[in-house]
Amino acid sequence: MSSVEGGEHARSTADAVARRSYGRLVAFLAARTRDVASVEDALAEAFASALQDWPKNGCPANPEGWLLTAARRKLIDFARRRRTGEAAGGELQLIAEELEAAAAAAVASTTHESQIPDQRLALMFACAHPAIEAGVRAPLILQVLLGLDAAMIASAFLTSPAAMGQRLVRAKEKIRKAGIPFRIPEREELPGRLGAVLDAIYAAFSEGWTDSGGTDVARRDLAEEALFLGQLVTQMLPDEPEALGLLALMLYVEARRPARRGARGEYVPLAEQDVSLWNMGMIEAAEGLLLRASPLDSIGRYQIEAALQSAHVARRRKGDANWCSIVQLYDALLALSGSPVVAINRALAIAEVEGAPAALAILQSLAGDERLTQYQPYWAARAELLARTHAHDEARHAYDVAIGLERDPAVRDFLLQRQSALAR
Amino acid sequence: MQYMLLAYVDQNSFAKMTPEDQKQGLAAYQSFMEALHKAGAYQASGRLQPTSTATTVRVSNGKTQVLNGPYTETKEQLGGYFLIEAPDLDAALSWAARCPASHHGTVEVRPIWVM
Repeated sequence: MSSVEGGEHARSTADAVARRSYGRLVAFLAARTRDVASVEDALAEAFASALQDWPKNGCPANPEGWLLTAARRKLIDFARRRRTGEAAGGELQLIAEELEAAAAAAVASTTHESQIPDQRLALMFACAHPAIEAGVRAPLILQVLLGLDAAMIASAFLTSPAAMGQRLVRAKEKIRKAGIPFRIPEREELPGRLGAVLDAIYAAFSEGWTDSGGTDVARRDLAEEALFLGQLVTQMLPDEPEALGLLALMLYVEARRPARRGARGEYVPLAEQDVSLWNMGMIEAAEGLLLRASPLDSIGRYQIEAALQSAHVARRRKGDANWCSIVQLYDALLALSGSPVVAINRALAIAEVEGAPAALAILQSLAGDERLTQYQPYWAARAELLARTHAHDEARHAYDVAIGLERDPAVRDFLLQRQSALAR
Repeated sequence: MQYMLLAYVDQNSFAKMTPEDQKQGLAAYQSFMEALHKAGAYQASGRLQPTSTATTVRVSNGKTQVLNGPYTETKEQLGGYFLIEAPDLDAALSWAARCPASHHGTVEVRPIWVM
């Protein structure tokens, strides 16, 4: 093999290992030291060493084991450098021995990465710990488990890279200094703690979805990564109904991605989507997950939202619109969440059962909520319902506000079309 | 790891309690300390006199300024502390939840800086 080919081969092997095992390696090393930032640095250096060593000496039979050993040496170096002159030799020794033993066991018994004990879920629970600021949990999970950089995460969450970088650094410091444990919570506290992990995954997924036109690669990847994390949780906790519900919900939404935009990038609402573009494999997988969740007898937000998706999918595929049961699902979701956003969607479903005036009355009752005055779907829903009652002037005004609040140009164009379709 | 549990409580409400309720309130703290001892988690603790006894000191430009009163005037004030040993934050948080102060006030949990 020429040195150029060797370099190529080394790079592609390292890339493959990074994709396959990055989170696993971080979790395994950080579970012992709780020092996530140092582990990330050590792994980055280990990958850099691999790109120098592998082209010369050939790719190792067990690249994960090689990287684990290299990263462990770097970690011990870091600790030594930090602690020179201090009487902390005992602790350093302990870290060294512990990492040594763990790595040796992992390397000896393995020919591939699956032998490294998988502590990614414990790492996710640390990242989504109640002691970590809620808004940084999803970014933290994306960075620590998937190795995404702060700049990419920042652009997905619409903040500056510097601010995002700082928040991530602070969160990692908190994990280390406050002694946040890496463990899966006990049975009795699991539901509450799992909720935070699921919320963080869903936040990543939703950010990935904001740009459904798929022009922004960073965001599209985020939805895929969230799906991967959702799958990981259901593999490790196969009997948690809400984890199954979340994965089902994400699959239903993802399945319709190809149909959400027309040939010229224009926005296509659910009612007008070309059903043949939907990914039926994903939809069937989602249905299967919901079926698995239902006998576990613990209903929650994600299962209900997934059930709503299922109802909408059935409505479009088979034409059997069961609006009464859709309203019932929204009732349950509203009782759980109390969210005004849910209340808007519920009003739209009620419009199908009781007519637009009833739905408008519900929207009117929500108008006092200040959060809604800047929420585009509230104004779009209002405009749509007003148009149905032929209150065209009011509808035109509501469309104006909705258009002014929307940041996605394709959705803006769609709303403009609806507005100009109003009879003068 | 070592953690400090800082108990923030409304000191006036204790003064307004009946002697019977005060006795019960103190007994709850006694039991909490007993449990800390039994688990080997107890390191140190102390109850503070009310903020009416507080004095603050600040030295700037070589001048010592002594002021009557606490650092900040708030409804809930630092009323006491427990220094405990716990394996991780979760363990420290569950001690904080057992501390009577978390029921009639707020307990702040802070790790001790390791030098």
